[in-house]
This record gives sequence, C-alpha cells and structure tokens, in this order.
Amino acid sequence: MRHVLDIVNLRTGFADGTEAVRGVSLQVARGETHCLVGESGCGKSVTALSVMNLLPRGARRSADVLRFQDHDLTRASDRDMARLRGVKMAMIFQEPMTSLNPAYTIGSQMAEVLERHRGASRAQALERAAMLLGRVGITAPGMRLAQYPHQLSGGLRQRVMIAMALMCEPELLIADEPTTALDVTVQAQILRLLQALQAEFGLALLLITHDLGIVARMAQRVSVMYAGEVVESGSAEAVFAAPSHPYTQGLLACIPVPGKTPRDEPLGSIPGTVPRIGRDFTGCAFRDRCGHASNACSGIIPRQDAAPDHAVLCTMDLA
Amino acid sequence: MRISAATFLGLLIVGALVLTALGAPRLAPWDPFAQDLMARMIPPRWMEGGSPAHWLGTDQLGRDYLSRLIYGSRISLMIGVLTVVTSGFIGTSLGVVGGYFGGRTDDVVMFAITCRLAIPLILVALTVVALIGSSLTVVVLTLGLLLWERFAVVARTTTMQVRNLDYIAAAQAAGASTLHILLREVLPNILPHLVVVATLEMALAILLEAALSFLGLGVPPPLPSWGLMIAEGKDYMFFSPWVIMVPGVALFVLVLGINLLGDGLRDLLGTSQRR
Amino acid sequence: MLGFLFRRAVLALLVCLTVLVVAFSLTRLSGDLAVSIGGPNATSEDIATIRKNYGLDRPLPVQFFDWAANAASGDLGRSYLYHAPVSGLIKERLPITLGLGLSGLAIALLTAIPLGIVSAMREGSVLDRAIGLVALIGQAMPSFWLGLVLVIWFGLKLQWLPISGVDTWDGFILPGIVLAFSAIPALLRLTRAGMIEALSSDYIRTARAKGLSTASIVLKHALRNAAMPVVSVAAVQLGFMLGGSIVIETVFALHGIGYLAWESISKNDFPVVQAVVLLLAMIYTGLTLLADMMNAVLDPRLRAG
Repeated sequence: MRHVLDIVNLRTGFADGTEAVRGVSLQVARGETHCLVGESGCGKSVTALSVMNLLPRGARRSADVLRFQDHDLTRASDRDMARLRGVKMAMIFQEPMTSLNPAYTIGSQMAEVLERHRGASRAQALERAAMLLGRVGITAPGMRLAQYPHQLSGGLRQRVMIAMALMCEPELLIADEPTTALDVTVQAQILRLLQALQAEFGLALLLITHDLGIVARMAQRVSVMYAGEVVESGSAEAVFAAPSHPYTQGLLACIPVPGKTPRDEPLGSIPGTVPRIGRDFTGCAFRDRCGHASNACSGIIPRQDAAPDHAVLCTMDLA
Repeated sequence: MRISAATFLGLLIVGALVLTALGAPRLAPWDPFAQDLMARMIPPRWMEGGSPAHWLGTDQLGRDYLSRLIYGSRISLMIGVLTVVTSGFIGTSLGVVGGYFGGRTDDVVMFAITCRLAIPLILVALTVVALIGSSLTVVVLTLGLLLWERFAVVARTTTMQVRNLDYIAAAQAAGASTLHILLREVLPNILPHLVVVATLEMALAILLEAALSFLGLGVPPPLPSWGLMIAEGKDYMFFSPWVIMVPGVALFVLVLGINLLGDGLRDLLGTSQRR
Repeated sequence: MLGFLFRRAVLALLVCLTVLVVAFSLTRLSGDLAVSIGGPNATSEDIATIRKNYGLDRPLPVQFFDWAANAASGDLGRSYLYHAPVSGLIKERLPITLGLGLSGLAIALLTAIPLGIVSAMREGSVLDRAIGLVALIGQAMPSFWLGLVLVIWFGLKLQWLPISGVDTWDGFILPGIVLAFSAIPALLRLTRAGMIEALSSDYIRTARAKGLSTASIVLKHALRNAAMPVVSVAAVQLGFMLGGSIVIETVFALHGIGYLAWESISKNDFPVVQAVVLLLAMIYTGLTLLADMMNAVLDPRLRAG
C-alpha cells in the first residue's frame, strides 16, 4: 500500500446549503509532507475535519475513495473512527490557547489518550507523556505534567498538543495551521520540530496553511485549494518552479521575494472575493477574479497535466 | 419582527386575563361574595350533579366559582403590577446608582443585594403580614420591599455597560447634571432589560401572593384570591378535587402566559439576561 | 485564593449580622410585642406582667444586644408557646427540613442535569423543545398546588407513597419532588446553556480528535466546564428551597423548621421566628460560601487568582 491517506473526489456540504469541499483528491505517503494551501474559507480545514470525521452536526460528507491505510473511512462507524483517531491518525489545531481543556492538568489530558486506546495505567501513560514532552523540547516535563493549560504560553501549549498527538505513535498527523497563532520565532521552532518528528517517526504529515513561505520550506507535495477545489497540485518543486493556475500565480505574486521583487514595484494582489458556492454551481469558481477568463470557464473545467506529476484545473492551454 | 408561536400564546393568555379582570363586573354571572347556603359545593356543570346556573359550580359557602375566579384575576394582576412597580423602583434606583458611581457606593449596593438574598423570602413576608395584619396593601408593599434584588442586579450590570459609552461622555462634557444623565441617558438604554425582569418578577409575585394567601397570611377572606380559593378548597379536595383544580389551573395558566411573554420579549429585545 | 476566601468569610459574617438586625426589628414591627403576645383577652395588668417577664420593658438597643449576644453563644431564647429553649426546638425539627431540602436538591439535580445535557446535545431538536417546555411548566407551577395535586393523585388514587409525615424515608419523595420543581427550571437552563457553549469549544474538538468516547467527551470534558455556574445556582437554590419549605411542610404536614416557623408566626412566638430567620440566612450564606470553594476546586484558574 503506497499511500497512508488516499482521498478521491471528497465532497462536504453543510446544512445551510454551502458546499465547502467540492471533489478534492489528494494522497499522502509515509514520511511525506503534503501541504494543503489556500485562503481562509477555501475548504482546507473542512477537508481535514472530513478525514477525521470531526465535522459539526448537520454536515454531510461523501467520497469515491476515503481510505486511511487499509481502512475505508466512508464505511467506518463513529466507534471505528474513535478507535482510529488519536491512535493511528492525530490532529493538531490552530488555536493552542483554547484547544486544551482548562479544567484538567496537562498530564491528565495526555495520559487519557494512552489509557483509552492502549489500556495503559496512569503511571505508564504519564511516563510516556513525560518522555514525549521532553522530545518536543519542553524542559522539566515532570513539572509541566502537573500544570494546567493556563499556566503555559501559546508556544508551549502547541508543543503539548503535538506531544499529545504522538502519544500512540500515529501514522498520519494532520496539522491545521499549527503556527498561525504563534510568534514568528516560535513558529520557526515548531516547524523545525515537526520536521524532526516526521523524520524520526516516519509520519505522513498533512500540513494545512495559508502561508506559502511555510509551504516552500516544508512541503514535498502541495495542493492549492480554491473555493472547495484543488486547482493545482504536484510536487512542491514543480509547482513553485512553474505555477500554472492563475490563482497560484496570483498567490505567489503576493509574497515578496528578497532580491527578486523590485523594491519600488507594488506587490501583487488578487482583486475580488471568493464567491459563495451553492449546490448548482458549475464552472471555474475563480473566473470572476481571473485575468484569463473566457466563455469556456463557465463550462466543465478539465484537469490537465502541466508536466508529469503536476496537475492543473484550468481551461487555458498549458502546452 | 417575527413573533414566535410561544410568544403569541403568552400574549393571548395575558391579554385575555387582563380583559377578564377589567370586565369582571360585566363578565361574572353572579356576585362573587353572595353566599347561598342551599347551593353549596355544586360541581362544575359538565360533571354529575352540575347545575346550568353555575358553570364552574359553587364553593363551600355556595358562592359561584366562576364569578370568584373572574374576580380573582383582578387580585392576581393587581398584586403583580403593583409589586413590580414598587420593587422595580427600589431595585432600579439601587442598581443604577451602584453601577453608575461604582467604588464604595457599588460595594454598598452589592452588600444590600447579598443581604436581601440571604433573607428567607416567604418567612419574612409571612411575619410582616402576620404582625401588621393582612390586607391587599400590606401584601403589595411587603412583596415590593422584598422582590427588588433582580432589578438591582440587572440594572447594575447594564448601567456599568452603558456608563462607558460615548454618548454618556458627551452628555457629561456638555455639562448635563448627573440626575439628568441617569434619567435621560442611562435609564432608556437599560429599560429593555428591566422590562424582561419585570415579567419574571410579576410571575413570581403572583405565585408568592397565592402561597401567602394559601397559608392564611395573604389577602384576607372573603376576597376571591386564587391562592385563598385553593386554601379554602383544601378540606374538600379529596371528594371534590375540582375545587383546587380550577383556581390552580388558572394560576398556572396566568403565570405561564407571563413567562412566555417575558421569554418572547427577551428574544425580541435581544437581551441575554438568563435566570 | 486564601485571601479571596477570607474576604468572602468576612462578607458572610457581615451579612449574618445585618440579617440579625433585620430579624430583630422585624418582630418589633407591630409596635407593642406584649400586646400581641397577650392576645385579645389580656388585661393591662397581664400585659405589664408579660412586658416585665420577657424583658420587653428595657430599651430596644439593650434588648437587641442582649439577644444578639445570647444568639452568638448559641442561646436563642425561649419559646413563648412551647415554654422550651428555641435551640432545642430547632435541633429537633431541623433534620426534617434538611432531609426535605436535600432530597429536593438531589431530585432537581438528577432531573435537570441529564435533561440539560441531552437538550444541549440535541440543540434545536424536537426533544430539546420538549425539555424546554418542562422548564417552562416548572416555572409556572404553584408549588403548594402541585403538592396538593400530588397528594390527591398519589396518596388517594394510587396509594403508592405516603402523603404526610416522614416516618419512613419514602415520605420525603413527594414533598421532595414538589420542592425540586421550583429549582429545576433554573438548573436545567443553566446546564443546557453551559453545555452548548462547552460542546462547541476547541477543547472538545481536541477531545474528539483524541478518539475519546462520547461519554468521556460529554461527562468528563464538557460537563466539568459547564458545571461551575450550576454549582453556584444549586447552592442558592438549596437555600431558597429550605426557606420555601415552609409551604411544602404545611401541605405535607411535615414538622420541620418551616412548619415550626409558620406555627410561631400564627401564634406570635417571636423568639422562634427570629431564630429561624437567622438560621436560614446563615445556612444560605454558608451555602454560597461553599459554592465558591467548590468552584475553586472545579476551575484551576480561580485557584491561582
């Protein structure tokens, strides 16, 4: 089995009729970092929550393939999912300040993962928790275990979340904007930590971010999302070397590159906003903001190969 | 503005009972005080032994139950309204002063609220009525002097929120007197919250009056208070349960109506004061 | 934390002192106590004797400090009616009222918390609305009337449960239910609101991502955070229930503190009335203090502050 996570044509909609994810396909292999990138509201977090089956009440999800290792997640019951979550697949979130329960100690919250899934005793679980806290770079782990979340800084809390995710040695780690809420220096530390842990544990890492700088640094593969669709995907090298979708090009034009971007030239920006996508929407969702739009953009959009291992969802002639 | 079905039901109930109270002399088929010892404990007309002359039957003194029930709505509503006016005045004054001035003044107000909560409500009300003598006025004043604390709590917190807003500062800068600011700027802004409290307190006052009258230390006989009717019917309830069912249901429906109306107002005004 | 509790304790003491003054002045409302005690048939000589015997001829402040000092040392005076020490009367009756209050609280919590949780988990559903209706009905139900209806229904028609007295433990069930009804609406709404907030929080998403069981997510992670306001209100409600038990005790003929108070009020037995008012205020104040301490245990952030 090549891929740890295999998603083909994932669709997720909410009770109010919004289609948040519209036919996303992506794969993550063992030891690989796959970055899912896009603006806020493009459906990248919903994609992650769909995989974990953590969607809010009233949301529906469907997929041609939604496979984690050899588990078909489309058929997994809530009970099956609860046995996979925290064990084989783990997730960390954007808001370290609120993602830990204020009423329980760090140790208690970490230990309960191992107690539940491995039937470990409290002492065994705490021992592993202390080891992992040390591993994620927290000094005096024994003291931290007895502390409550409000006694820790944001960076420390995110380290705790990461350590907690590793309690049962998962195969897949989904990190949803793990550094967005943190200071820049702490961001770099956390990213380095994730890289080191990935190498050590052979994790498949699905990293969700809006920051192309992080993508450039971390990703082997990248999927660019826009309005619920993956508009461009491929190896990070290929996508960065030759961004082919007008949206990806626009995104890249928004970041200044030292030495490349002339000082007096204005930075690029993408005019307009993301349209609200209902059930009957057809065509390219980017067409109203796109400089290359034509009549064809209201029809069915082909997925073409810009190069081997580099797919683009666009009507433009890429040859 | 959309009114929910529940709010509408509340409006309907309260409206109907207000009309009943206002039109009591016309609506009541009999004099509520007229005794007829030959026609005692007649059951309601749909029951066996019922009489077409008395829709809801008669009580142990032969008084028409429907007429007493109709007149009873006057007592409940009067108690509710007058108590809320009294307690609303006391509580709002205390709360606004505490919330606006803060500091030591606020400490005193908070202390008063704490003390009031510590005082056992029914017990003290009973004692006061027992010592002064039972009458409608005494019951209203007693309840009014006791039920102000939620007005004070809500007036205090909302005044604190309003106090720091721009138009208060503007009024202060324009040299308006404190009293003027409190009455013209603060009060209108916190009024919606107070109206919601008023409905809750009115419901509570009506229930308390009934309880006091039930214990024999509320509205004096022969006034047709619903609580008193239940107390008077208590001795007969095992053989004629309707004597307590009729006034009890009336009481329940009125209080339910007021609460529904209060909930509706709260949603409508977007205030989030929870009980 | 200790400083906070100390301030709360001082406040509680001040509250009790104020209530002491209120309770004392309350019984002097009628003007001349001796006339009230003597009753309609007393001659002026009788009244003078009463005044002298009960020490009512002394200046009011003297009477007050005398009573307050004795109360502080546990001597609450003598009942005019029973010709016995008030403290003894209270000691004898208190267990019944406490039993009643605690069964009321237990029934209220055992009803309100599960219903509130279910309501929050199914927010907006038909079930949620139905449970909301229960709260609304509970709020509008006159407790003494509900008591009478239950007495008729259970005691007479079904004959399952005793309708008066507490010779056996099941005597507490019916009055407990009636008392609980007054506390259920507030507790239910609070639990529901707290649980809705907790269940939509980030830490619950984390708990789900950890693969915890629904029971653990709801009961351990969400409820713990929703419980704090419920604890505070439960303490307050228990205080109200003990004060309100006067109505229930007369309906069910339970000879607890409430019944004693009602009897004393009707018969002008003021030392007992004063003492019961003071006792209930002290219990209420103690309960709110207890709730603060329990919240400090529940929320580590309070402990640090």
